Order: sequence, then C-alpha cells, then structure tokens
Amino acid sequence: MATKAAKELPKEEFILPGTRSCAACGLMLTYRHSLKALDPGKTIVAVPASCMTVLHGVYPITPVKVICVNNPFAATGAAASGIVAGLKATGKAGYTVVAFAGDGGTYDIGIQSLSGALERGTDFMYVCYDNEGYMNTGTQRSSASPAGAVTTTTPILAKLQHKKDMLRIVEAHRIPYVATASPSFPLDLYDKVRKAKEIKGSRYIEVHAPCPPGWGFPNKDLIKMGKLAADTAVHVLYEIVDGKFRLTSRSLRLAEKGGKKTVADYVKGQTRFKKITEGQIQALQEFTDRRWYEFMERHQNGRS
Amino acid sequence: MKDIRIITANTAAAIAASLCRVQVIAAYPITPQTPVTEELAAMVERGELNAEYLTVESEHSAMASVVAASQMGARVFTASSANGLLYMHEMLHWAAGSRVPVVMACVNRGVGAPWTILNDQQDSISQRDTGWIQLYCRNSQEVLDTLIQAYKIAERVLIPVMVCYDGFVLSHASTPVEAPVVEDVDKFLPPCPIFTGISEGSYMNLNPLILSEPRQDAEGNLRPGYMDLRYKLQEDLISSLEIIKETDREFEAVFGRSWGGPVWSYRMEDADHALVSMGSLASECTLAADSLRQQGFRTGVVGVRAYRPFPAEALCKALQGVQTVAVFEKDVSYGYMGAVATDLKAALFERDLRPKVASFVAGLGGRDVRPEQLAETAAEAITKRSAHKWIDVRG
Repeated sequence: MATKAAKELPKEEFILPGTRSCAACGLMLTYRHSLKALDPGKTIVAVPASCMTVLHGVYPITPVKVICVNNPFAATGAAASGIVAGLKATGKAGYTVVAFAGDGGTYDIGIQSLSGALERGTDFMYVCYDNEGYMNTGTQRSSASPAGAVTTTTPILAKLQHKKDMLRIVEAHRIPYVATASPSFPLDLYDKVRKAKEIKGSRYIEVHAPCPPGWGFPNKDLIKMGKLAADTAVHVLYEIVDGKFRLTSRSLRLAEKGGKKTVADYVKGQTRFKKITEGQIQALQEFTDRRWYEFMERHQNGRS
Repeated sequence: MKDIRIITANTAAAIAASLCRVQVIAAYPITPQTPVTEELAAMVERGELNAEYLTVESEHSAMASVVAASQMGARVFTASSANGLLYMHEMLHWAAGSRVPVVMACVNRGVGAPWTILNDQQDSISQRDTGWIQLYCRNSQEVLDTLIQAYKIAERVLIPVMVCYDGFVLSHASTPVEAPVVEDVDKFLPPCPIFTGISEGSYMNLNPLILSEPRQDAEGNLRPGYMDLRYKLQEDLISSLEIIKETDREFEAVFGRSWGGPVWSYRMEDADHALVSMGSLASECTLAADSLRQQGFRTGVVGVRAYRPFPAEALCKALQGVQTVAVFEKDVSYGYMGAVATDLKAALFERDLRPKVASFVAGLGGRDVRPEQLAETAAEAITKRSAHKWIDVRG
C-alpha cells in the first residue's frame, strides 16, 4: 500500500534536536524518513566514517534513537555481515540490520566489502546516501561526482568523467531488491524502506542526497534541488523487485506524461557547475538521456 | 584414556576453536593458514560445530565482521598470515580499541615483497603496537592449549588475543597432540559473556566519535575522552600479564599442562648465559643450550610466550645474574635490530641490569636454522664482545 500523504507518516521522531549535520542536509532528511519506516527499537545501523558519524553526535551524547555500530571506512558491508551473523549466532531475533554509507564509502573504498556482502546474500539492507562527493572531508571528488562538477580535488578543470553506474554493479549481484529514492519524495522513500524491511536477503537503496554546502545552492532549495534532479532525469526513481523493474513516483509520471526538463536547468542553480562548458552540458544531457531511455524501455518491458 | 592424535598445528587450532564453541568464524584463505579455516568450514557444514561461517572477500572484511559479531556478543574466531594479517592492520587497531574479545590465530609467515610463503615472524611483530595480546607457541600442543586459554584471557580483560605459531614448521608438521574432552573445556571456559548492551530500545552508539577531553553525558556524569580510553587499554594490557599467568595455572589445574604464563625457562637455575627467543625457534634454542653446556658454558633458555604485553619484570627476574644474553628472533625492526632484543634491552636498562645483549636475526623467509648454528653464534657472543648480526646470510 503506497503512502498517499505526509500526514500518514509516523509522528514519532527518531532524530532528536541537536544533530551535528549541516542545515538542510539531504542525508539528515533521508535518515529521518528511513528510521520512521524501520522499527528503530529493533534496528541496528552500521555506519562507516562519514557525514553520518557526525550526524550521530559526539560521545557520550547522541541525538539518534537507534543502536549504531561504527566501522572503518572500507568495512561497512563486512561489519553488517558480522552483525547479522552475531545476532543469529546468539539467538537475537527480529532485528533489521541496515548499513548507511555515503557514495565514497559505497562507490569507492567500500565497494569490495559491499560486493562481498551482497554476493553472500547477507540478510541486510544497505542504504547509500549519495551526495556526490567526499562531503565530510570538504567536497573532494568521488566516483559518484557528476562530470563538470568542481570539487576541491578537481578545482581547475572540474571533473572530467561521468558518474560511475553503481546501481548496475549492485544489480549484477542479482539481489532481491534494488531501489533509488530521494528525500524530496519522502513518501516514495518511506515506502521503499518499508518494503525493503520486509524482504529477506540483500536489499540496496540508493538515495540522491543534495548537499547545499558541497553543491553550492541555498539551504532553502534542498527539496527543490532533489525534485529538479528527478524532473531532469539526472536522478531516476525506480525499484527492481526480483529483477522486475518499474519507475516510481515523479519518474513514473515523467515517463507517462512527459515534460522532462533539461540538464541545463539543473546545473545552473549549483555553483559546483560554475565552470561547466556548453560542450560538457551537452555531454551530460546525452548521458542523462541515454540512461533515461534505457529506464523507460526497462519499465515498459517490466523486467531487467 | 587420553585422546592422542597425530596432527598439525593447524588442525590443533581448528580443534581448539571448535572445543571453545566459537559462534562466528570469518576468514580469507592465505598460505599457510588455509587448513585451519578449511577444517572449521567442514566442521560447520557437517553440523559438528554450531557456528556461522562467513566466507568473506578479504582479511580486512574477516576482521571487520568478527569484530562486529563480537559486539553482538558472539564468541568469534579468525586466522591469517603474512600479507593477509597486514591487510587486517586497520581492523586490528579497531578490534583492540573496541575492546572486543576476538581471538585469532596468526600462522607466522614472511611478508612480501619479495614473495615468500615460508616462515618468519615479521607479520605478527609488525602488529606489535595494535593493542592486541600476542602469545607465541613452541609446538602444536601449546597451540591447542593456548587458544583455549586465549578465549578465557580475552573475555576476562576484553582485549583481543593473537595466538602466533610458525608457518610450516608447526602449521604443517604432524606431531602427537592430546585433544582435551569438551566437558573439560566447558568447565574451564564458561560461555561467552555478553558484554554489550544490545537490547530492544537501546540507543547504544558503539565506537562513536570521541573528543579529547572528558564530556558529560545526559545525566551529568563525566565520560572519558579519547586519551582516557586509550590509557585504560594500556593499563589493562599491563595488568593482563597477571591474568595470562593465572589462566595458565587454572588451565593446569584442569588439564595437567602448564606453558609457563608469559615467560618460560629451560635450565636457567645455574645459568651464566641465556638464549632468549619466541615460538619454535625458542624450542630449538633448548637444543643449542644443551650443546653449549657440553662445551662448558652454563647456558639456559628464556622463552617469551607473551610478547605483548611485554613481560619486562618476569624476563629481568629470569635473567638476573646472567652475563650474556643472546636473543634469536625471526623478525627485525628495519633500520635497527630485532624487536625482542630492543624491548629486552629497554627492560634490563630500566632495572639496572647490564648483561651483554646480542641481537641475532635468523631464519627469515623460511631459511633453515640449525641448533649448531645457534650454539656457535651464542658461543661467539659469550667469548667475544657481542655483535648484532644476521645468521647465515650472504650479503
């Protein structure tokens, strides 16, 4: 059953005032809605060194009402596997183990342990909050940063390569559930986390998490930026259940009714694209269109 | 009737882990550790051992997953060697800092490059400063017994323990080993205590970000800062020397075998000279000591069983009144000398003991070390001014 209105979401908050995340943090909103979809009393979260570590606060005070196990940067998939095995071995039933890692911890340094965990069919959920760079350390380039973005390690030329297609890599593990989401579409995000919670085996959700300080847009535009990403098909909302692909939420409406905006509309509101050339915008448009048509085709075929 | 089996140290290690009823095993294959993990995997698949076995994709992940499983309250085991152990390095620090009672076997092997699969102790010596307890074994029986002791020590002090034994020399050599009965092990080793607060509705944040200064919690109690937590680890490591000794005594009471605690001695009662070593090389030193005695040098052996925490007091006591100390080891602190020799000299200096101390590096990358060579080298150290050198090396 799809959630129809924000007022249907649980009222209880699991992130209390006092988090150390930046104002208008895309991750913070993602985490807020995700925890509502989970049962935080029976959830164990695995977190690598990342913005999430900062969000979880400085010992001995945490603003988050959930058990959180921190692990080194590369180890998230393995730490989650160990938590699952440890709970099983000691007879603690009914817990959902959820890893929350950023794009650096997923696309780059964490890809090996994630792949291992997925290949073994570990019974856990992995949420990648993709803010398209190493934001915690000050906006360095990651393999998830889009082409044309200025980062502190691509300061002059801007990033030359397109974003890595991590979702395809995850999908290649043939796990039962893969989805994308956005905090700008909280009902879709909530429903996907809730659905993933009930599925056995490895589940992967990638959330596009806009980052005002890293991307260079005003805090007030957080939701707008996430929506614009969907409206331009830079970020496409979909889910793949047991190999069956379907577009969801805004992306579904975009496929059905058209009205896709241009990449130029998306990049102009972000200072990270201040050096992007016409040619790079053109290339980014083509890259985005190619993906979008693939997704529409897969949606029509109803399978991968 | 005693259950004596002709087995390798690797098999002895697998039997020990199984007797300790480990609940989660994660391992990645590397020579010469592989048979340990293969045998455990078979025990799990046959249903003889009720454990979760994670066939992880790297050693980093092996240690990461056993640390996390241990945080859930499970008794865990892993094993590695050489470059695999080095690949775990970050997680070894993490395990000790997390204060989890992880126990692992290190099947000692030389570190690449260049590649060698054969034995020395450079791998575990290079993990010296990770905050782990390191115990070195002389033979397969000691491997089996020390692993059982290791769980008791680790779970008591909440510090991980690495049980080290020499690759191929012990790991692949079959010798008679007495396998304890499981009832005795159960008597010696109670079930793994659950030390975390994993429970419904808990907001526990394990290994969070910690500032340098102590801070108040929500109830106004002062909680330690980073340095205070690290100091506690150091203090607990030092005091674990006593627990290592005590555990060995408790073990002897149940099984009738003692391995000497942190330090053991051989023919030291009247000795003027001592050979100091670890692992199987220390066993070999006993043969060299016998032959030195035949040559008229009253020589004994002091074996280092616990390398970390370093048993400075016990070693100095054992070496009291000795004129010459020849340290033989299969490792080197590159740019200086053998690690054990360095540590031992510091310990002696602190206690105003001034024997001649010579550091001898031997057997790197599996180069054969014969007792005659040890005796010859030690005789040189006794009769001439001692020199630091590598034995049987062509420069």
